[in-house]
Amino acid sequence: MGLLSDPNRRRALITLLTRLNAPICVVCYMAGVAWFMGLAFEPFTLRTYMSENAMGSTMVEERFPAGERALATGREFAAHKRKAGGMPVDWLVKTLQARGLEVFTQRFSRTLPFPDENKERYMVKGTNVYGILRAPRAPRTEALVLSAPCSPGENNNQAVGLLLGLAQYFRNQIYWAKDIIFLVNEHDLIGMQAWLEGYHHTNTTGMDWSPLQGRGGSIQAALSLELSSDVVTSLDLVLEGLNGQLPNLDLANLFYAFCQKIGVLCTIQGKLQRNDWDSVSGYSHAVQTMMLMVMKQASGRPWGDHGLFLRYHIEAASIKGINSFRQYKTDTTTIGRLLEGMYRKLNNLLERLHQSYFFYLMPSLSHFVSIGYYMPAFGLLAAILFMRALDLWVQLTAPPLPPEEGAAHVKQSSPGVLSVLTPLVISHVTGAALYALPIHFQQVAVEHFPVSETEAVVLTAIAVYTAGLALPHNTHRYKTLHGWRVLKLVAVLYLAVLLGCTALINFSLGFILALTLVPIAAFVTPHVPKVLSAFVLVFLSPACTLLFSVFFFQELQEVPVSFQEGWMLFLSVISQGILDHSLYGSLVYPLISLLVYPCWLLFWNILFWN
Amino acid sequence: MKLPVLFLIFATHFLSGTAHIGKNVGNFFSSQHTNNWAVLVCTSRFWFNYRHVANTLSVYRSVKRLGIPDSHIVLMLADDMACNHRNPKPATVFSHKNMELNVYGDDVEVDYRGYEVTVENFLRVLTGRLPPSTPRSKRLLSDDRSNILIYLTGHGGNGFLKFQDSEEISNVELADAFEQMWQKRRYNELLFIIDTCQGASMYERFYSPNLMALASSQVGEDSLSHQPDLAIGVHLMDRYTFYLLEFLEDIHPASKTNMNDLFKVCPKSQCVSTPGHRTDLFLRDPGSVLITDFFGSVRKVEITTDAINLTEPIEQKQDIAVSEEQEKVQYSYTDQLPVSEIIHQKPKQKDWHPPDGFILGLWTLILLVFFRAYGIKHLKHIF
Repeated sequence: MGLLSDPNRRRALITLLTRLNAPICVVCYMAGVAWFMGLAFEPFTLRTYMSENAMGSTMVEERFPAGERALATGREFAAHKRKAGGMPVDWLVKTLQARGLEVFTQRFSRTLPFPDENKERYMVKGTNVYGILRAPRAPRTEALVLSAPCSPGENNNQAVGLLLGLAQYFRNQIYWAKDIIFLVNEHDLIGMQAWLEGYHHTNTTGMDWSPLQGRGGSIQAALSLELSSDVVTSLDLVLEGLNGQLPNLDLANLFYAFCQKIGVLCTIQGKLQRNDWDSVSGYSHAVQTMMLMVMKQASGRPWGDHGLFLRYHIEAASIKGINSFRQYKTDTTTIGRLLEGMYRKLNNLLERLHQSYFFYLMPSLSHFVSIGYYMPAFGLLAAILFMRALDLWVQLTAPPLPPEEGAAHVKQSSPGVLSVLTPLVISHVTGAALYALPIHFQQVAVEHFPVSETEAVVLTAIAVYTAGLALPHNTHRYKTLHGWRVLKLVAVLYLAVLLGCTALINFSLGFILALTLVPIAAFVTPHVPKVLSAFVLVFLSPACTLLFSVFFFQELQEVPVSFQEGWMLFLSVISQGILDHSLYGSLVYPLISLLVYPCWLLFWNILFWN
Repeated sequence: MKLPVLFLIFATHFLSGTAHIGKNVGNFFSSQHTNNWAVLVCTSRFWFNYRHVANTLSVYRSVKRLGIPDSHIVLMLADDMACNHRNPKPATVFSHKNMELNVYGDDVEVDYRGYEVTVENFLRVLTGRLPPSTPRSKRLLSDDRSNILIYLTGHGGNGFLKFQDSEEISNVELADAFEQMWQKRRYNELLFIIDTCQGASMYERFYSPNLMALASSQVGEDSLSHQPDLAIGVHLMDRYTFYLLEFLEDIHPASKTNMNDLFKVCPKSQCVSTPGHRTDLFLRDPGSVLITDFFGSVRKVEITTDAINLTEPIEQKQDIAVSEEQEKVQYSYTDQLPVSEIIHQKPKQKDWHPPDGFILGLWTLILLVFFRAYGIKHLKHIF
């Protein structure tokens, strides 16, 4: 008879499973972590290569001459910006028109749910200015976008100057097959969101904007430029977008290919490439770069103005100019030539970029790890959950133990749906409260406590989080001695599905949550020592994971912080998460509050079952 | 005294000259063709396949320069590079970098353009099976005394050539098309040149007589492109056709260069791939075949010594009186593609024959085993 249908064999298999369950889980966890750490080891990665045939190699001749003139335009822009106290709309419109583009503006306004203390804004009103360079001979069906943000103070003036210089140079060429849109957006991401929503006729975030008068066709690719100094020492590429979405790897390959051709120093995550992969320091450098990318992707924030394009299936990246203390400097003309080369190659595209990977991690700019290589790390962690679920299933269907007292005997046979449903409902209601209460009750909190609105929101969130720990989750009537097994089975499967779906969309977020939640799911039962496990559970809860991630992120960027600063940073991260959700539709905060936190509460409930 | 000697010298010179002329006349008719045709095909589209269009146009240019008129050239280009939006020099197609040579010119006559370049159209052109509405410029009106040059370029593989990203022609189809041409007496001799990756696979299956074939690479090798132009941003030519063009630029209509020199074009040191050629189906020795036999259009003249009387009127044939008794001659189409002769199929059996012994034996075995295992009582469940 077959392996599973033979009762003797089945029993043997089941006893093996039950006996070895804990060791297998530990081994799987170690293997998962080791696999993840091994991803940055260079022999396990692949070199990047251009997949798109139409873009071919970097064989174009870049002839952009006007770097100095671009800087002068940037200085003019800065002067007008200071005079206007914001975006110098009229000057920009006049300048773009003088360069022969079709110029349009868009007004937008938005009241944030609570003041943003990082960027110091609450009621935001602004204007986007954009000019369209029509392709000389092509129909207006496709477009490329080059954008530079209008930032307060002295930031990004050179970026706008270079944008205007490139606009003038591009206008004189006849080989453009797509329209090129030069966009200067105000209030960085909010302005970009308004422009994109207007361009695609959608309104997902409730912003108020005027419709766009001019349009260019379907956007194939976009680049966002951030340049705040006259000379740079290196160019940094930023890929992570909203909800951890990444542009097609071909865009990064294109950037790297041109960097090598022109001879500009290029970095990713602000870290240079190293050649000594077999030494410890070289390997740790690669791990640091990869972990930075993982952290940034897990946060779900757009890390550059490009991050909002990705949602519309437009491949976009941000290029930041960095001026550090290095001997070899690159001037604006060279940066202009790099951008010119990239745009000429993007001009050759016939379809959207789709030949290369959409899901990848980059331990350095010239190496990458694709989804097929990094998913097994998560799979090993998810396997632990399935092992636990099998174990519980076996225990549940095992013949019942002899009753200890007569009273408990009746309850044992059927744990009942209600004993599982009640904790589920209560945890999810708590999660909904965590999602909705902070913003709704900020006014009430401000009236009663001497805090600002932002602090009120964040502290309400933390308060609801902590209050959830103290809620009674069940009534005695429906609790059975062994009903916790059913609840744990449900919780483990729920966590597995949740983490699996998260890892598919945003691998970094799924993996980090799995790292902390899977051990909880594996070991928690009512029979482990209560105080110690309660402590461990809180230690591994999503909020503390976030706190440690904040410290870790600062360490990785080589800007370590003290505990006070870290705590302040943690509070601001929570407020940014809530703001991102209401402003741009980021899904991290709803995911954590509505799904992950209730799941964690279920395990808390199991711990305190008796 | 001097005069007769001079006269003798002149006479011997003249006689030997005439003897020479006689020999030349003999050579003159050795190829037996009277007209030349060329079918030049570029099968790829898209901007990054600029070089395939440039390849075809450079062969077109050479062929035209050597005398084949546009009416005898069928030029098929799958995409328009000269007017592509990305061309920084519109209305030009360059074959040398720094824009030395514009092969597009101002008198290009493209017969099949864009989406008209399909496998079906190509085969119809070769075999002559075109709808009656097809204009003359789109037809290959060759006869049994035509020498045809066929040049194909694009992306290919082992045994196939890709047409426009959507279909392929296989080497078997091509060989069969040439056999059809032979059977319909549509060529005297045919030179086939192909410049693609693994091009030699395309001529492996030829089986018709009087075919000579050249390819830019062997099976398993890639044909490489020659040089990019940085201002235009694409590769301009493929290596084999580049060196072929350089070779052809030295040929003029009176050249005596023969095919053996053509086989030497682009050795491995220049081409990186190994060009190949096939001459076993060709009846003449390649050394006696002139390049201009295929690439040029050298008019042949037939000299006859008989006088033709043009003064007497030609007798009219008696008009057959049209009457109702005249029977209509029944016409029927000959079998255009006698498949059974080509493929040597087994003819379909019209009447039923008892099944093969093997099948019978197998079923007997099965039945025996069944009844042995389950007993004869199951028989009633079946019937």
